[in-house]
Amino acid sequence: MRVELVLENWQMFAEGVWMTLQLTGLSLLIGFCIALPAGIVRARRVPVLSPIINGYVYLFRGTPLLVQLYLVYYGLSQFEAVRESFAWPVLREAYWCALITFSLNSGAYATEIIRGAVETTPEGELEGARSLGLSPGQVTRLVLIPSALRRALPQYGNEVVFMLHGSVVASIITLQDILGAGRTLNARYYLAYEGFLTAAALYMSITLCLVLVFRGLERKYLAHLDIQAPKAKKMKFALR
Amino acid sequence: MKPIYGALMLVSFAGSAIAADLNICVEGAYPPFSYTTDSGAVEGFDIEIANALCAEMGKSCEMVKTDWDGIIPALLERKCDAIIASMSITDERKKVIDFSTKYYNTPAKFAAKEGMELSDLEGKTVGVQRGTIHQDFMEGEFSGVELKLYGTQDEAYLDLSAGRVDAIMADSIATLDGFLKTDAGAGFSFFGPNYSIPQYHGVGAGIGVRQGEEDLRNAFSHAIGVIRGTGQYQTINEKYFDFDIFGG
Repeated sequence: MRVELVLENWQMFAEGVWMTLQLTGLSLLIGFCIALPAGIVRARRVPVLSPIINGYVYLFRGTPLLVQLYLVYYGLSQFEAVRESFAWPVLREAYWCALITFSLNSGAYATEIIRGAVETTPEGELEGARSLGLSPGQVTRLVLIPSALRRALPQYGNEVVFMLHGSVVASIITLQDILGAGRTLNARYYLAYEGFLTAAALYMSITLCLVLVFRGLERKYLAHLDIQAPKAKKMKFALR
Repeated sequence: MKPIYGALMLVSFAGSAIAADLNICVEGAYPPFSYTTDSGAVEGFDIEIANALCAEMGKSCEMVKTDWDGIIPALLERKCDAIIASMSITDERKKVIDFSTKYYNTPAKFAAKEGMELSDLEGKTVGVQRGTIHQDFMEGEFSGVELKLYGTQDEAYLDLSAGRVDAIMADSIATLDGFLKTDAGAGFSFFGPNYSIPQYHGVGAGIGVRQGEEDLRNAFSHAIGVIRGTGQYQTINEKYFDFDIFGG
């Protein structure tokens, strides 16, 4: 293990971390903006819209992220029509191709998470809101969405970690993310493991941060669902 | 009965895996030197040279398809015993592995949309394969150019024809046969001079072996001389190129 080569090239890895964080963060954000309305529509089985969203979700969950990225990056650019269209200045750039693909992918997974959370909202919560005289729009905005998002937190935390790890495929379309930096290090010094080990360590550290953040969020926003917790703790203590 | 068949199959699998005298690392994404056919087999100039050298040395050889940026590690980790993948003999690589004498030498050249000139290059984007002499050359001599690194040469061709990079820097013969002569290469051409600077480009492509394996290295060097002498080399050469790529 030649640690000194990793240290000498720390800048390359720092840029890689920034690229990975950008791609992951932005695609999660855009994906979430797609998923919130899409998830609610899907849960409510709206005619016309729901089947379209079903198709979108099925398409992006049914194919591997790598294949999607290949199709968007190398596939679309094969068509003259695409290269001459207004979208080409965007699709020309590897960065935008990755961002679009990741956003749509994350959006599809998050749609399913939100749909599940919306569908399992206790009827009593909504009934209570209605009995207070809230309009259907207010019920959705003030009760359904906050309640569903809270319950979706643990699953969504998983999706965030998956997206982080999924973003490694960016390195195959010339983007220098964390894995890209690792590969370049390996190629430059003919190493087998050093670049990958460094990349693994960086991904693990970022994951650890994410896990801690989501644990904090869950503690804060799911406290009201955690009535059982003190009892369970006591019992554990007693058993010891 | 079934478990016995299973065991027999396992034994025969293991047998075929270790049967070859030499495992040769090849790339399979560098036409016309090394490319993968529709059926998944690896073919090309490198492969035929490898087979001719193995036959000359009286060894059975198995081709192991390996990604370019992992090919030297694969040799060092003993996944294979030699690299025959159009690898240029450079001082930088000699610090890690040993080389036979060269088996061909062709210059490097820029290629782009017709009409591009060397003086236009400043500030443009150029695609190269990661971990090649061409990357080193571009970083050393053209610091004002933005580099895009590709895992395979084929991906660089795709992005050149799509217009994502303004030019590529690669081996002239690989570019000619792998891109310019194909349908995708219509409207593209070489520009600038032939580059063959020993500091970057080395002294031609050689066969890589682990350091200290002098016998194997010498056997390859000797076999290269023999197939040049018997005309086998020229026969293979003619299948792919219309001039002798061995170089002076």
